Amino acid sequence: MSIYILCLILFSVGLYCVLRKRNLIKIIVGIGIMEYAANLFFVLIGYRSEGRAPIYATDQVIKNMVDPLPQAVVLTSIVIGMALMLLLVAIAIRIYEKYKTFDITKINRLKG
Amino acid sequence: MNPNSIIPYLVIAPLAAAFLIIIFGKIARPAGSIIACVASAFSLAVSLALSLSITKYGILIYKVGGWMPPAGIPMVVDSYSAFILLIANVIAALVTLYSVSYVKKYTDTWKYFTLLMLMMAGVNGVALSGDIFNMFVYLEIASLATYALVAFGNESEALEASFKYAVMSSVASTFMLIGIALLYSYTSALNMAYIGKFITENPPAKVLSFVSVLFLAGFGLKAALAPFHTWLPDAYTKSPAPIPAMSSGVLIKVLGVYALTRLFFNVFGMTKPVSYILIFFAVISMVGGSILAFGQSNIRRLLGYSSISQIGYIILGFAVGTPLAIMGSIFHIFNHSAAKSLLFMGAGSMEEAFGTQNIKKISQVIQKMPVTGYTSLVGALSICGIPPLGGFWSKLIIIFACIQAGYFGLAFIAAFVSILTLAYYFKAYAPMLFGPKEEPSKALEGNRTQFLMDLPMLILSVVCAASVFLLIPGAMNILMRLATNTVVNGTAYVNIVLGSLK
Repeated sequence: MSIYILCLILFSVGLYCVLRKRNLIKIIVGIGIMEYAANLFFVLIGYRSEGRAPIYATDQVIKNMVDPLPQAVVLTSIVIGMALMLLLVAIAIRIYEKYKTFDITKINRLKG
Repeated sequence: MNPNSIIPYLVIAPLAAAFLIIIFGKIARPAGSIIACVASAFSLAVSLALSLSITKYGILIYKVGGWMPPAGIPMVVDSYSAFILLIANVIAALVTLYSVSYVKKYTDTWKYFTLLMLMMAGVNGVALSGDIFNMFVYLEIASLATYALVAFGNESEALEASFKYAVMSSVASTFMLIGIALLYSYTSALNMAYIGKFITENPPAKVLSFVSVLFLAGFGLKAALAPFHTWLPDAYTKSPAPIPAMSSGVLIKVLGVYALTRLFFNVFGMTKPVSYILIFFAVISMVGGSILAFGQSNIRRLLGYSSISQIGYIILGFAVGTPLAIMGSIFHIFNHSAAKSLLFMGAGSMEEAFGTQNIKKISQVIQKMPVTGYTSLVGALSICGIPPLGGFWSKLIIIFACIQAGYFGLAFIAAFVSILTLAYYFKAYAPMLFGPKEEPSKALEGNRTQFLMDLPMLILSVVCAASVFLLIPGAMNILMRLATNTVVNGTAYVNIVLGSLK
């Protein structure tokens, strides 16, 4: 149980970072932390205690295998997260070129 | 030919086009637009063929790679997704056509078309997927392409809006991922039909309410429902003009409304608390969106707030949940897609001619650009709900359905918001279209109306005017009625899908 709570704390750290930080880069890091927490949670769901890697071999008993599906899913999710991270960093660099700052309180040309 | 086998081409065609544009677009400049137009026309043809065959077969399932569900990932087309796909592909094809001459002002237009095609692939995939995680992946593809497209102009406001949209939307996606994880741990399936089967066979569990909340927040943000709407007006302000047309016409409908209703009606089964929450969101969207639209002097922001308000109508119909209300909502998805894409395209043409987005600086559009002027007039009248046009009928159906279901207050609010809509459209569009004569506009050099930009607007205005034929019982009515039945029957979807898996 405690491991799920730690995962929740990690998620909350990421969410806090996104909501409260003023620096664009810190917001991006916060999103990264949130995504890792979600991925970790997904992997934890597939975990069986004392389980082994889900590779089928003739001499192994199957009952203690961890669930392989969350691992496959998380792999996809990590790739999506990487694409998002790259895009966000690229946009942040362009924003820095235009505004000469990373402070979101000074990046406010949109109104209405 | 077996109609099952053409389903994956809806994803394959745009994806292949995106890949080919990257290779050939750099070498020959017009290659990008030609490949994009061909691919979008092809997927329009496929979606038309699917819509025709769905009335005969009822449901079509393509098992990707030949694997049987639950291990394999199926692509499921039923009448609801066929109807949504038809709308999405019509709008996408017209937007691609409009883009061809619009994006000439940018360098590297092939990058634009690559991203547009990726967005189309994602949108089609969301509507097709029968697997909840696969749907999430397609949704992320479409979203990532949209973040990049919003920032495509590389103006400071566009970058700011794109960053804001990307951050908010990715937080929503993370919520969705956690929801999917919890759902998987409860049902041990990712296939939507199997999830639905597990839920209907077991007593209601508390985890489902938590998952519902996570999905409401996630898909609500993609649909720009009121508390989650703040990204939308910003993202529409400085992006290339076809992007708001595509986003408002297709993206928020498919990623938001379609995915939300598919999961809540067909997989979880609609419950009273969820429908009350949706009614609450819908009312805030309708009233808030139209009040905020009043103060706008920027044409795109006004249309953006109007989109939020109209999404409120759509969600209201679904939340009321009677067959008539759901038919009204599905019809309103159609009408709003056509009219709002038309208005955004018109706004784009006006900006090109006048060099500004400010409503007060645009005037006499009817005299100077007759096609843009008259088509925008048709679109605005359709959204306001002026009788012969489509928007009137769908709003009327939603209001009648509210009265029929006993929600008199909601019917009053819907009628009142319709009047507000008329008021702010009149306030914005009357001076722009008919405007005072004396103002000489220097920006309009020569005749800048281009045929490729006018053609999509003409087609969409005909669609707006003719959409009432969807209500007349007969051939054109069948698909919408079947789509309504799919949503109304709720979790019967599960048995239909499982029954046709062989």
